[in-house]
Amino acid sequence: MSRHIGVVQFPGTNCEQDSIDTIKNLGGQAEILWHGSDTVGSVEAIVIPGGFAHGDYLRCGAIARFSPIMTAISRFANSGGVVLGICNGFQVLTETGLLPGALQKNVGLKFLCQMESLIVDSTSSAIGKSFKSGEQLQIPINHFEGNYVCSPEVMCELEANGQIFLRYESNPNGSIGSIAGISNKEGNIVGMMPHPERATSVLLGSMDGNRILSALFEGNVKNNS
Amino acid sequence: MSESLQNPSVYRALGLSDEEYNRIETLLGRIPNHLELAMYSVMWSEHCSYKSSKVHLKRLPTEAPWVLVGPGENAGVIDVGDGIAVAIRIESHNHPSAIEPYQGAATGVGGILRDIFTMGARPIAVMDPLRFGPLDDPHSRWIAEGVISGVSGYGNSVGVPTVGGEIVFDETYRGNPLVNVLAMGVLPAERLVLGQASGMGNLAVLLGSATGRDGIGGVSVLASAGFDENTDSSDKRPSVQVGDPFEEKRLLEACLELLEAGLAVGIQDLGGAGLTCATSETASRGGAGMDVDIRAVSLREVDMEPFEIMTSESQERMLVIVEPCNLAKVLEISDRWEVIADVVGKVTGDGQLKIRDGFDGPVIADIPAATLHDDAPEYERPLERPIDWFERQRVDAGLAKNSDYESDLLFMLRDSSWVYRQYDHQLFLNTVVGPGDDGTLLRLRDPRTGRETGRGLGMSTDGNHRWCCVDPRAGTKMLVAEAVMNIACVGANPMATVNCLNFGNPEHPVVMWQMSEAVDGMAEACIAFSAPIVGGNVSLYNETNGVDIAPTPVVGVIGMHPSLNTPPPGMGIRNGLTIIVLGQVVEKNVAMGGSRWAWDIADCRDGCLPEFDLDQAVKTASFVAGLVQKNSVSAVHDVGEGGLAVALSEMAIRGATGMTLDGLSDHRLLFNETGGRVVIGVETEKVNDLLEEAKAAGVPVETLGFSGGMKFTIGDVIDIGLDELTEAWRTELPDALGQGTVSA
Repeated sequence: MSRHIGVVQFPGTNCEQDSIDTIKNLGGQAEILWHGSDTVGSVEAIVIPGGFAHGDYLRCGAIARFSPIMTAISRFANSGGVVLGICNGFQVLTETGLLPGALQKNVGLKFLCQMESLIVDSTSSAIGKSFKSGEQLQIPINHFEGNYVCSPEVMCELEANGQIFLRYESNPNGSIGSIAGISNKEGNIVGMMPHPERATSVLLGSMDGNRILSALFEGNVKNNS
Repeated sequence: MSESLQNPSVYRALGLSDEEYNRIETLLGRIPNHLELAMYSVMWSEHCSYKSSKVHLKRLPTEAPWVLVGPGENAGVIDVGDGIAVAIRIESHNHPSAIEPYQGAATGVGGILRDIFTMGARPIAVMDPLRFGPLDDPHSRWIAEGVISGVSGYGNSVGVPTVGGEIVFDETYRGNPLVNVLAMGVLPAERLVLGQASGMGNLAVLLGSATGRDGIGGVSVLASAGFDENTDSSDKRPSVQVGDPFEEKRLLEACLELLEAGLAVGIQDLGGAGLTCATSETASRGGAGMDVDIRAVSLREVDMEPFEIMTSESQERMLVIVEPCNLAKVLEISDRWEVIADVVGKVTGDGQLKIRDGFDGPVIADIPAATLHDDAPEYERPLERPIDWFERQRVDAGLAKNSDYESDLLFMLRDSSWVYRQYDHQLFLNTVVGPGDDGTLLRLRDPRTGRETGRGLGMSTDGNHRWCCVDPRAGTKMLVAEAVMNIACVGANPMATVNCLNFGNPEHPVVMWQMSEAVDGMAEACIAFSAPIVGGNVSLYNETNGVDIAPTPVVGVIGMHPSLNTPPPGMGIRNGLTIIVLGQVVEKNVAMGGSRWAWDIADCRDGCLPEFDLDQAVKTASFVAGLVQKNSVSAVHDVGEGGLAVALSEMAIRGATGMTLDGLSDHRLLFNETGGRVVIGVETEKVNDLLEEAKAAGVPVETLGFSGGMKFTIGDVIDIGLDELTEAWRTELPDALGQGTVSA
C-alpha cells in the first residue's frame, strides 16, 4: 500500500527533504505542506520534520504554532489523522497544545548531536503499535531543547494512559522519566526528539528509523479514536 | 569635491598608503571624493585584493581535467561524474572571532555558505579547523567556547551539517585565534552559475537583509591589520558583523529556487567590502558597468551615509542580475521566502560603476569598475629567511630529559567529541563518517533526484603550526600528505585542494618567507597527489603586539570513494587482529623537530622535521584507499600528531580493545611524526596476502603486534590499562573547558 504523507515546511525547517527521501525510499509518496497553506489536502498522514521553524526565535515552535497550516493540522489530528512530530516538530506540537508538556534546554546547556539507545515503552500509539515493548532502537538525537518537562499530574496521566512511546537508555538531556517520545491519549499524535530519518541505512549506522516511518503507512488509524 | 581629501590623514585612516592614494588619483585622472576613496580602500585592502600574496599564489597548481572552476571565483568547482559538480571553498574569520567569538564564527559560516550557493550549489557540508590559545588560559577558553557555540548556533540553524574539522590549542594563538571554515556543495553540472553581470539593461536586485552599520571597514580596519596593546580590541567590535541564520536560510532557499528556475543571469554574494565588491565584481567580470541607486537599498538606519551603504558588511545579502522580463517572478519567489528584494541597479555598457543618489539622481561616485580589482596594487614584499634558521635546524629536538613515556602518552590524548557533538553533523543523510575520525566520508547523491550514486566524497582539513614553524616548506608538504592520508583512510582518492593561508604580518620579511616557502611546499605536494588548488583564502596580519603567529597554512582536501557499499572500518580495533604500520620506514635516530612531543613535552621549538618521502606517501595513500575500498582491513588510522603511540592508543580506545606491541623502544620511535604512515588492523588469515600486495605496490610494511585483552602494552616501555587510557582521552577537553572563562 502506498501512503500519501504530507511533510510540513515552515521557513527554517531543514529536515523536510530528508523525511521526503526516506518516505519515498520506503515506498510511500510525500508532498510538502507549506506553512502558509490552510489545508492539508488529501494526505493520509503528516510528518512535522526537524529544523528551526521561523528561526526558533522567541522559543522553539512558539511562532510556528500561528502558521495557518497548524490550524489545518489540528483539524486533521482532532478527526483522528496520524501526525508525527520529529524534533522541532515535537516542539511545535507541544507549543500548539496537541501534545502535553514542553521541551526546555538540555541539561548541560549544550546542543547534542549523537546516537542514542532508545527503549520502546508503550506500544499503544499509531507508531508504537509496530513495536514490542522493551525493544531497543538506535536513533540519533540532534537538539538543544530536548529536555522534556511536564507537571507531576501530566506525568501520571502519561504513564497511566500508555502515552510514553520512547525512553532514552542513558538520558542525555535531562528529560523527566528519560522521555524521548510521547503520544496524545488517543495515540494518533506522536512527538519524538530523536530523528528516525537519520537511522535509515547501513551507511548511516542504523536502520531502526525505517520502522518508525513505515508505521505511518500501516492501518487505518483514523478509527482509533 | 573637497580639497581636504589630499590630506593624507583622510586616506590613511581608511588604510590606504600614500602610494596607493596616488595610484587612485592617476586612475581617475582627478581627486577622488570621499565615497570613491572608501570604495577603493575596501577593495584594495589586503583581504580583498591579495596584494601581498598574489605574486606567490601564482606558483600553485590549479588545473586538472576535472577542474571546472579554479581560484578567483566565489568557489572552486570540480566535476565528480554523473553530471554532478562539487563546489568547495575555505575562508578565515580570525580577527572577528578574536573580538566577538560567537558572531565572528557565526558570520564566518554564513559567509562561506553564500560563496557556495552563489555558484548554484546547495551547501551540504561545513568543516571548521579551529585554533585557540592554551587551554589553561581563561580568555582563550572564552574565545574557544564562543567560537564553538557560534559554529553550532549558526550552522545548525541554517541547516548545513558541520561534518569535520580540527581543534588545536597552542600558545601561538593566545591573542589571535584562527577560525577557518570550509564549505562544500553539490549542483547539477549544467547549472553552474558565475558571478557576472552581462546584458545591458539587466537589473541588479539586492536580496536579503536590510543594510546596516555593522561591519563597516571590516576588511580594511579589522582583517588587514594586527592587534596591539594600544588598541583595545573591543574598540573594533563595531567592525564585526552580526549574523542571522534564519535570514540566511530563507535567502539560501530563495536563491536556489530562482537559480533552479533559470531566473538569474548572474549572482554574487555580499561579503567583505559589501555592495562595492558585489557590484564592481559582477560588472567587471561581465565586462560591463553598473548604475547603482543608493536610495533603493533598504536600510536599518535612516541616516546612513553613502560610503556606509557601499561598504557595509551586513550579513545575509546577495546581488542577483536578472532580465527585466523575469523581475516579477524573482519578486514572487523572494516574497514567498519573506526575503527583501530591492532593484538597486542596472547593467550598463560603459564599464563605469556609477553610484547615484536616486534612480536618475546625481552621480556621487564614478569609477571604472575593473580598476577596483584589476588595478589593485600588487606587492612583491621583501622576504628573508630567519637569520638563525640553519642553526636552529641543527638542534636535536629529541634530546631530552628522562622521559616518562606513559605520562607523555596520556598527556597527548584528546577526545574532541565535546566539540563536535554540538554540531549537527548528520543533516541530509550523507554522513557515513563524521567528525572525530581521520577523514569525513559523505554519500554522493544526485542533486537532481536525491538518488545514491554508489560513490562517496572524502574530505579532510589539516594544518600543523609546529611542522610549519620548524620548516614551512617541508611542513606544508607533510600536512597536505596528512590530509590525503586522512581521506585514504575512508577510501577516497584525492581530487582537489583548497587552502587557507594564515600567516602573520606581511610587512615582516620573515613572514613573507614563511608564506613563500609554504606555497612552494604546497605546490609540490598538490602536484604529486594530483589534487590541484581550486580555491582559497589568505589571512595575514595574524599578530599580537608585533608577535606573529606560527605559520599556519591549512588545507582542505576532497576526494572520491568510487564504490561505497559499506562504511569504512574506522580506527577502532577488535580482538585478534594483526597490527601493521604501512608507509615510510623510520630510522632509529629520527628527527623530532616540530613534533607534539618536542613542542609540548620537551619544550623545544627548534630542530628539523623528520625526512619525508613524498613519492612514497603518494604510493601509500593510494594503497590504503584501495584496501579500504576493497574492505580488506578491519581497522585503519592515519599517524599524525603524537606519532605512532598516539595513533595506536586511539585505535585501542575507540575499539575498546587492548594491544600488545613491540618495536617502539624509545620516545623517538613512539612519538616521531614522520609523514605518510597509516596503521591497519588485519585479520590473521589475510595478513600474508596483504604483505604481498603491499610489496607489489612498493609500500613498506612493519608488523607491530596484536590486538586483544584490556591493556595497552608496547614492549617494556608502556603498559597502561585501557580504562586509564580511555579516561585520559575522554576527560581532557571537558575538564579543561569546564574551568570557566574570562571575556576580556
